[in-house]
Amino acid sequence: MRKMDVKTITTAVRDLCIKANIYLGEDVKKAFFRAKEGEASPIGREVLQQLIQNAEIAEKEEMPICQDTGMTVVFVELGQDVALYGGNIAEAIHEGVRQGYREGYLRKSVVEDPLLRKNTGDNTPAIIYYDIVPGDQIKITVAPKGFGSENMSRIKMLKPSDGVKGVIDFVVDTVSEAGSNPCPPVVVGVGIGGTMEKAALMAKKALTRKIGSQHSVGHLRELEETLFKKINGLGIGPQGLGGSTTALAVHVETFPTHIAGLPVAVNINCHAARHEEIIL
Amino acid sequence: MAMKKIQTPLTTEKVLGLKAGDTVYITGTIYGARDAAHQRMVETLNKEEKLPFDIKDAILYYVGPTPAKPGKPIGSAGPTTSGRMDDLTVPLLEQGLKGMIGKGLRNKMVIEEMKKHKAVYFAAIGGAGALIASTIRKAEVIAYEDLGPEAVQRLEVVDFPAVVVIDSEGNNLYETERRKYQR
Repeated sequence: MRKMDVKTITTAVRDLCIKANIYLGEDVKKAFFRAKEGEASPIGREVLQQLIQNAEIAEKEEMPICQDTGMTVVFVELGQDVALYGGNIAEAIHEGVRQGYREGYLRKSVVEDPLLRKNTGDNTPAIIYYDIVPGDQIKITVAPKGFGSENMSRIKMLKPSDGVKGVIDFVVDTVSEAGSNPCPPVVVGVGIGGTMEKAALMAKKALTRKIGSQHSVGHLRELEETLFKKINGLGIGPQGLGGSTTALAVHVETFPTHIAGLPVAVNINCHAARHEEIIL
Repeated sequence: MAMKKIQTPLTTEKVLGLKAGDTVYITGTIYGARDAAHQRMVETLNKEEKLPFDIKDAILYYVGPTPAKPGKPIGSAGPTTSGRMDDLTVPLLEQGLKGMIGKGLRNKMVIEEMKKHKAVYFAAIGGAGALIASTIRKAEVIAYEDLGPEAVQRLEVVDFPAVVVIDSEGNNLYETERRKYQR
């Protein structure tokens, strides 16, 4: 067994929160440049240029890319040969979020009771997902999720007979109806199969893939390409002001499902596709 | 589509000169307010009490910035989704609100009332919070401090960049531009 103090986790989460909110990933920056070259609309090109400039200012001033520094989603892959000591892992993660959002001057956007809506003041609790995996390492991914795009996400339990066409129509309609609201150009995460919550979780996790990565399975790679083309044909464009760049990427994940079902979840991310990871 | 500089207050005369598609640079005083502040403002009006600032010829900016670092007037300060304010906007237009800055779609009711009261809707670039912050010179919480990032702020801006998306005749850039690029 490898022993690890949970304080190590707190420090890692704190640093990941700050880093993810201030420094835009190289994959996203590259995608902005590529999109700008191919963008048909002059307003669209101007918007993309301003997003590039925004990322530069954020980096230089050490200021968040976007004021919506999100609800903090944390994926933990915990090696089964790690023995944690010094406290409770969930509390260690929440403490990391608390410190990161305070020390990084990030916005506290979480309300305690969804109906009473009083701000918790420290952006906790985080939304934490654990996977127990073989090995003696811990991988932590922090993905701050803004709600302009989260609010435009949807899930639907399709019929098996709806097939791939039903999936395509649902995903494209979801992005079409979202229009300018989720801050396009967006990254679209799609989860197909499993159960209702499994589909939603796959869609969320798909957003942490690097832009430019393709699915390893042939027909799913084709599905990603088909969705990408159709979404970029919607005309929504950067910020919804018209153009040929509505999505920077479409990521599909699947899981076996029931003979009676075809769950599909679409999780939309704005262009500030933020996620940082570390292996401890 | 033209490039225009606007100085606040935003009078009706200035509103009438703005057309969907115009790029604008706004200088002067604007007010930052989002969901919870809108709820309070509408409750205040329902009780027939006065708003905490003069809304006549004013511009509201739908924003909830990140905290300012020491020595800076404000943190990251991009627009939030405007549609959530739709149901709370008409009473403010009736009080003389002339401009709104946000991002995303507005509903029919708001657009009809904008035409009636001669108001304009601007979009700022969502997610360009750091870039926009560089045009905000001063920020001061003037009401509802208990709402934290949702408090009402008076913002002094210089050349704040935005695009006229819906003008006072109801022309809507989101619809007209999207059609041009649909395949």
